Amino acid sequence: MDKSSRRKFLSLACKWGILSLGGAPVLSSFISGCKTLDTLAQSGPSFQIGDVVVDTKAIAKETQVVTKSFEDITPEQEYYIGRTVGAMILQKYPPYSNPAAEGYINVMGQMLAQASDCPETYGGYHFLIQDSDEINAFAAPGGFIFLTRGMLRCCPQEDAVAAVLAHEIGHVQYKHGLRAIKQSRVTSALTALAIKGTKKYGDEDLAKLTETFEGSISDITKTLIVNGYSRSFENQADLAAISILQRTGYNPNGLVMMLNQMKIQLKPGRQDFAATHPSPDSRLAEIQKYIGNYSAVKSPQARQDRFKASLGRI
Amino acid sequence: MPKFKSVLIILLFITLTGLAVFAIEQKMMSIQVKNGAVRSSPSFLGKIVDQLKYGDRVAVKNVKGSWYFIDRPEGSTDGWMHSSALSMKEIVLNPGTSDAEQAASSDEITLAGKGFNQQVENDFKSKNPQVDFTWINKMEKMTVSQNQIQAFIKEGQLSPKGGE
Repeated sequence: MDKSSRRKFLSLACKWGILSLGGAPVLSSFISGCKTLDTLAQSGPSFQIGDVVVDTKAIAKETQVVTKSFEDITPEQEYYIGRTVGAMILQKYPPYSNPAAEGYINVMGQMLAQASDCPETYGGYHFLIQDSDEINAFAAPGGFIFLTRGMLRCCPQEDAVAAVLAHEIGHVQYKHGLRAIKQSRVTSALTALAIKGTKKYGDEDLAKLTETFEGSISDITKTLIVNGYSRSFENQADLAAISILQRTGYNPNGLVMMLNQMKIQLKPGRQDFAATHPSPDSRLAEIQKYIGNYSAVKSPQARQDRFKASLGRI
Repeated sequence: MPKFKSVLIILLFITLTGLAVFAIEQKMMSIQVKNGAVRSSPSFLGKIVDQLKYGDRVAVKNVKGSWYFIDRPEGSTDGWMHSSALSMKEIVLNPGTSDAEQAASSDEITLAGKGFNQQVENDFKSKNPQVDFTWINKMEKMTVSQNQIQAFIKEGQLSPKGGE
């Protein structure tokens, strides 16, 4: 949901009166970025949408409660969610078995992940290529990252591949996947059931937890494969990518180079990157606010040689 | 006057005790990942000098940006850990009933293996046998050494700038 849609929704929500105590957690599941409300709260005690005045302090208070329960998803639980989301993603696009390409992507990916703001996850970062001509890439919670052969074909140089991986690492860093889980599920799983019992769950508790788990997996998978993240989440991931590329010594224009190539290769109407991401042009406009106009990426020969040797026939 | 003095001493005592308790509470942290890297310097470019396990407790001696200089009571290698590997909470690895009761009323304890865990994944698998985890398990076995990363940086003529 982009910012203008959120505002419209917020406006309607206010009119319907669901900003009451009971309704706020439901609403917050739609307003995935709590920072938006924090910013509003800082700007003053209230603001007006049309003829409705919204008490931001009251909303911020509710959001804080919600944020707390969201943060209660431990890295260990995030790992189990990520494993299953990853398995679901592999149902859509099967793996592409190519040890040379796999090794290359994993060494590069690990280096980039270590330079991110979230270098450590419970089970670490892992990268896999998928056997599909469609242009797509996914990040499952906890660091399971996937990209298709079609996506790799949008990368003329190593710096562009690094940009794709760094963007997906950005989604993991900001826990965008976990934020797609409906708030009601987070609350039910993590408040009562998660702290109950000793060694093993009984049948009834296990059934409830598995049901919540299935729902959570479905929320994330639908967001990744069908609906896509909000424009602001994609922008956050792009900015994280720029920062990672700069820290590791890659040219952040690698991201621009990849998006320009993607513009040529994307086919409208397909259920791939085009359906789940903002257009390359709108992403380029945002990115260039931070890195300025495009300047050609010139990889050293040795870097280009290993790129060709590993991914030349992808 | 003596009354004033004793009030002053009591106040001083309370303040110092409070500070000491605060300092102790601030210092201890837990490793919240399977393997947490301890580095020689506060950067991803720092050499990995040790790996700590899930639930290990460490004392934090210094903080630089997102990096914490840690010390282990048992005396293994000191070094820098990234904040993403650390939790303020105590992580109980094999929780019993009393731990569960304590965790229910405390924000300072996390129970390992609770909530979404292996048991839940197994239950999910039995209900969704078509979902194949073979490649997820293979992915987890793809590990990369620090030597490989260093060689990759050198070969690609990358000049990492470091970072927080």
